[in-house]
Amino acid sequence: MTRLAVPKTYKLYIGGRFPRSESGRSYEVTTPDGAFLANASLASRKDARDAVVAARAAVAAWSGATAYNRGQVLYRVAELLEGRAEQFAAEIRDAEGVSAAAARAQVDAAVDTWVWYAGWCDKYAQVAGSGNPVAGPFFNISVPEATGVVAIVAPQESAGASLLGLVAVVAPALVAGNAVVVIADRAHPLSAIGLAEVMATSDVPGGVVNVLTGSPAEIAPWLASHADVNALDLAGAGALDWVPLVVAAAATLKRVQDPEPGVPGWSLQRILATTETKTVWHTKALL
Amino acid sequence: MSFLEYAPAPESTAILHLRDEYGLFIDGAWTEGRGATFPTISPATEKRIATISSADATDVDRAVAAARRAYEKTWSRMPGGDRGKYLFRIARLLQERAREFAVAESLDNGKPIKESRDVDIPLVAAWFFYYAGWADKLDYAGLGAAPRALGVAAQVIPWNFPLLMLAWKIAPALAAGNTVVLKPAETTPLTALLFAEVVQQADLPPGVVNILTGAGDTGQALVEHPGVDKVAFTGSTAVGRQIARAVAGTGKKVTLELGGKAANIVFDDAPIDEAVEGIVDGIFFNQGHVCCAGSRLLVQENVHDEVVERLKTRMATLRLGDPLDKNTDIGAINSAEQLERIRALSAAGEEEGAERWSAPCVIPDTGFWFAPTIFDNVSTSSRIAREEIFGPVLSILTFRTPGEAIAKANNTPYGLSAGIWSDKGAKILAVADRLRAGVVWANAFNRFDPASPFGGYKESGYGREGGRHGLGAYLTTGPSKGGA
Repeated sequence: MTRLAVPKTYKLYIGGRFPRSESGRSYEVTTPDGAFLANASLASRKDARDAVVAARAAVAAWSGATAYNRGQVLYRVAELLEGRAEQFAAEIRDAEGVSAAAARAQVDAAVDTWVWYAGWCDKYAQVAGSGNPVAGPFFNISVPEATGVVAIVAPQESAGASLLGLVAVVAPALVAGNAVVVIADRAHPLSAIGLAEVMATSDVPGGVVNVLTGSPAEIAPWLASHADVNALDLAGAGALDWVPLVVAAAATLKRVQDPEPGVPGWSLQRILATTETKTVWHTKALL
Repeated sequence: MSFLEYAPAPESTAILHLRDEYGLFIDGAWTEGRGATFPTISPATEKRIATISSADATDVDRAVAAARRAYEKTWSRMPGGDRGKYLFRIARLLQERAREFAVAESLDNGKPIKESRDVDIPLVAAWFFYYAGWADKLDYAGLGAAPRALGVAAQVIPWNFPLLMLAWKIAPALAAGNTVVLKPAETTPLTALLFAEVVQQADLPPGVVNILTGAGDTGQALVEHPGVDKVAFTGSTAVGRQIARAVAGTGKKVTLELGGKAANIVFDDAPIDEAVEGIVDGIFFNQGHVCCAGSRLLVQENVHDEVVERLKTRMATLRLGDPLDKNTDIGAINSAEQLERIRALSAAGEEEGAERWSAPCVIPDTGFWFAPTIFDNVSTSSRIAREEIFGPVLSILTFRTPGEAIAKANNTPYGLSAGIWSDKGAKILAVADRLRAGVVWANAFNRFDPASPFGGYKESGYGREGGRHGLGAYLTTGPSKGGA
């Protein structure tokens, strides 16, 4: 007699908690062969707005943490990902229908991506900032910092990259201290919730990463037009009618990244895309 | 005659050799525009200066095509060092003709000659000089390997710093290897047209710089033109939004430098005399026609009365009048339309219960003028605390703690600039950290330099102008789009 398995309930991740969709809706997630895997929460407009509220509340502490601290916290995520690599690999194998070796390779790549970005926390400002030799008695420095709340459409239909695609867009946005609301791959949302569990048990403060599962076509417009969202990363929105999302984002001059095919590579530019450069002038005494 | 009364000392306009009519500058030559002509006037006298052409969609086509040809055939193939030499030439020519440009700017814009002479035109030359040196050093700009120009840049600039905004746009674009089509503001086209003469004197290859005059529809046709790779706009947030919508999905790279409602924060430990000068610089420089103007004074409650009293005393010494007079502090409002806007918002301030005080000064009979004005006891929800007035009107609010000052300063959809006045360095740096603004001046205000990045957070736009960052706005390290 074999033991009867205990399946997991997959919910949303908002403000450090795991609520079901307030709409009470869910959708079926299957293997590529159509076998039932789970009922994922079908996030609603209200869930998206709750996620933005949670993200906004998290910005001050996360962006105000020292860069060294943020780097350690993000590195800790990589540590926990690594520790649960077998579980992620098994989940990916089922959900994407790939080989065990391919699934494990994807998890390894996700961990390495996370480590790469973690190491940028206390360096990107040195590389992208500047001391400015102005023609006058002033100390003058330009430094990038977080823009605030970043809404992301993770790569979709990312067979072979359901975890890696998510990490490739979430990690860079966290480096500077932004808080994130991410819409996971609709077809392969389970590893996104797995990642949320890693966040919840690492030292990432609640609200810094918020994960919505469901339909990007339904949720993204609410995030694109939300006045308390500072930046919109449409990496995975290529198959959506995405130009209206950019138009909606223009109402509050959001910083927008256009869709990108596949999984975005490691990129300092992706970090800087959700930062603002602040220039501070201070008078110098004339001695 | 009291010690504050000065004999008139107007700068002569004899130095100018203006034409009666100006065409469009396309492909290195003057050509007539197909749109209806319009006059540019002096806002101080309302007298016509010259007749200006208007570019229609066909003219925009021609200019973009000329810029494209110049980009493909000459400018993008030229060694960076040679591009730099052209820009150095332009910087020197501008220095040589600085006095003439200062007079033309004050005549057409209405700003005091001491500002155009000592701020605008020197900065224009500095901007070209700074970016000239970058042209052969793009690989060192820290933007990634082998950065490339974008192509043709469409640039639309405002009327508050006509030639300076031209320099902010053209200098980095050309240094990076782009060619440009620039549209100056409808009310201040004069110095851009004189700049076209400088371009000819510098013997710049035809089509590298094209100047199109006209109104908003010309600008719209330009930024929406499919042949354009980069859009750079300085102006209102409303128009910035339209541009952001219009370019959605086109892949055009965009820089938007938009409105502001900057807080100028005065702590009780500030050197008060310097702070008062800073408040005056912050809001009355260029008649307050400054996107980064310190239009909200946040003063610590316990020094409010002293600061406001000294501010009034200082304001009473400001001389309003002939922009060409070397003693003038406050020039003319740029247009009747802008004057109307300032009046309407000031009226709203009174209706909402704020206390209005204007400096006593004689308003000339002709032209557009507005006396330096402050509103005290302004509430955070008041229109004059929230909307950009773009005139010499200061709203005064108070605070008790640094936390309250920061919260009030950030309580705006804008995020362009801010000022902090205090003798405590540690406090200044902590407050600067928490201000959501792209430029923070500590014990200073309204300072600009080509080496110093400038640009806003939130609805004040995106992208930076100035410094290495401003250069990056005209370069890409991404994959080539194919073709040229």
